Amino acid sequence: MNIWVLLKQTFDTEEKIVLTGGGISEAGVKWIINPYDEYAVEEAIRLVEQHGGKVNLLSVGPERAGEALRTALAMGADEAVLIHDSRIPQDEWAIAKVLSAFLADQGADLILGGNFSVDNGAGQVAIRIAEQLGLPHIGSITKLDISAAGEAIVHRDAEGDTEIIDAHLPALFTAQQGLNEPRYPTLPGIMKAKKKPFRLLSLDDIPGISLQELEARTTRVSLSLPPSRQAGVILQGDLAAQAADLIRRLRQDAKVI
Amino acid sequence: MSRTILTFAEIRNHELRQVALEAVSAAVKIAGTAPSEIASCLLVPVDTSLDALERYAESLFTHGANRVYVLKHADFTAYHAELYLGAVQQVVSTANPEFIIFGHTSVGRDLAPRLASMLQAGQISDVTAIQHEDGNLLCTRPLYAGKAVEQRAFTGTSAAPSIITIRPNNIPLSAPDSSRSGEVIEVAFAPPSLRTIVRDVVRKTSGTLDLSEAKIIVSGGRGVKSTNGFKPLEELASVLNGAVGASRGACDAGYCDYGLQIGQTGKVVTPEIYIACGISGAIQHLAGMSGSRVIIAVNKDPEAPIFKVADYGIVGDLFEVVPLLTTAFREFLEHEA
Repeated sequence: MNIWVLLKQTFDTEEKIVLTGGGISEAGVKWIINPYDEYAVEEAIRLVEQHGGKVNLLSVGPERAGEALRTALAMGADEAVLIHDSRIPQDEWAIAKVLSAFLADQGADLILGGNFSVDNGAGQVAIRIAEQLGLPHIGSITKLDISAAGEAIVHRDAEGDTEIIDAHLPALFTAQQGLNEPRYPTLPGIMKAKKKPFRLLSLDDIPGISLQELEARTTRVSLSLPPSRQAGVILQGDLAAQAADLIRRLRQDAKVI
Repeated sequence: MSRTILTFAEIRNHELRQVALEAVSAAVKIAGTAPSEIASCLLVPVDTSLDALERYAESLFTHGANRVYVLKHADFTAYHAELYLGAVQQVVSTANPEFIIFGHTSVGRDLAPRLASMLQAGQISDVTAIQHEDGNLLCTRPLYAGKAVEQRAFTGTSAAPSIITIRPNNIPLSAPDSSRSGEVIEVAFAPPSLRTIVRDVVRKTSGTLDLSEAKIIVSGGRGVKSTNGFKPLEELASVLNGAVGASRGACDAGYCDYGLQIGQTGKVVTPEIYIACGISGAIQHLAGMSGSRVIIAVNKDPEAPIFKVADYGIVGDLFEVVPLLTTAFREFLEHEA
């Protein structure tokens, strides 16, 4: 089974956001594999352990994203491709266009990605790629069984309900939390990862893509921090009195009940 | 010539979702003073009663729609990506909209990017506010689950429509006007050939509110200690007609389903009242709930970071405090009624 996993490097979710010079500061930040993409990597490795085949990783991003790819290689993926090119606009249409142009002739049986990235959080790119490649997709999956014949039974999380869906490969699925418990890279895994094939590509390496097609459809106009919340009051007295006090304050001060 | 703004009118459990009306309100906002047709796309099961259809259309008209496209299919009882895409695509080719607005819900998150890609369109996801500024339409949306905020605009020379998904509970409803009406147009739906089959939908949430749309959320963390420990939280939520959520700690410990998780991984929520019980307040959790209007924290540890963002704090054992709150709210609500 030839599996491609879409992967993005993101800030650790415990990082605070600091703005500098109109952008988000990356100074001293701890980087991780986007948690939802990590489920996709784990699922791909398990599928190859079960059926044989190859786990390929694909990312668009700056060169530092190579660290996230190395981590996924150390988990057990086989090969990695990083497309790094400053001509790619920060717009989901354009990024999906680049990734699908690359994937078009890779003969993928299965493409896995995360449900969304914890930084931008738009959740568009993977599903756009499915459309560009003419593949069926199932988003936000929590369970995946694939038979040797390529028949997939997929559980999809729909706001707490579970939809059970049949699909044939090739297809694209996006991972939701609960799909699996990602493994940690082992020391031998980390050593082996250093020798695994890793390709750094630019747009010039991807046939059939024109810069004109990559014209951004959306653009950032401003960036700011949300208003910070102030600590309020700690209620006093015995607990029953505090409960009554809370209701009075919700009614009279906050006016929410 | 007036332009068209299309909204997707999502139905859940035989009711129009609140976000369907928020989408129409967003369309009114986008329209501004320019002459615009506001159309809604409604996908209903074939056995939907005329009464129900009228009720849906009335609500949409009241909030600003002038036209409702209705498509019927036996399988519109549950979401099916290919079937829904085929239907919306058909409405898009009929209505030729300049903007298309979905809720940023399970359905909208799945359907909008696929449609956007098909139409070669740009999409701005998870929008919490829309404003006009110097002739530009600015869409506000959270980054890092709300740790930062950006404004985005549509750009470029593409003639494709602009697609927006709006976060539930954020776009204010336009003033309802029950004298407004519009036309209902039934579109004969020609379903596409399907490559996926929805064989079953396991409803785990019947009768309970979705977190993203709940006005009141009672949320539990590690302090809840067990699956059973969520019981008092469920009782409080039920009295308040709210929903139950959880922190990553509680989910990772196996006390509850991941579907309840609130935070940077999980759901971002913006209810009127958020009651955090036994939640310490890790940064990744705060990102998911700091946009709540009023935050109440119940925690044994007076030093817990959650108190730094809480409007009202109660230092105490949640297993003592939460039942007291349930009783107090119940008495208050009975007294009010």
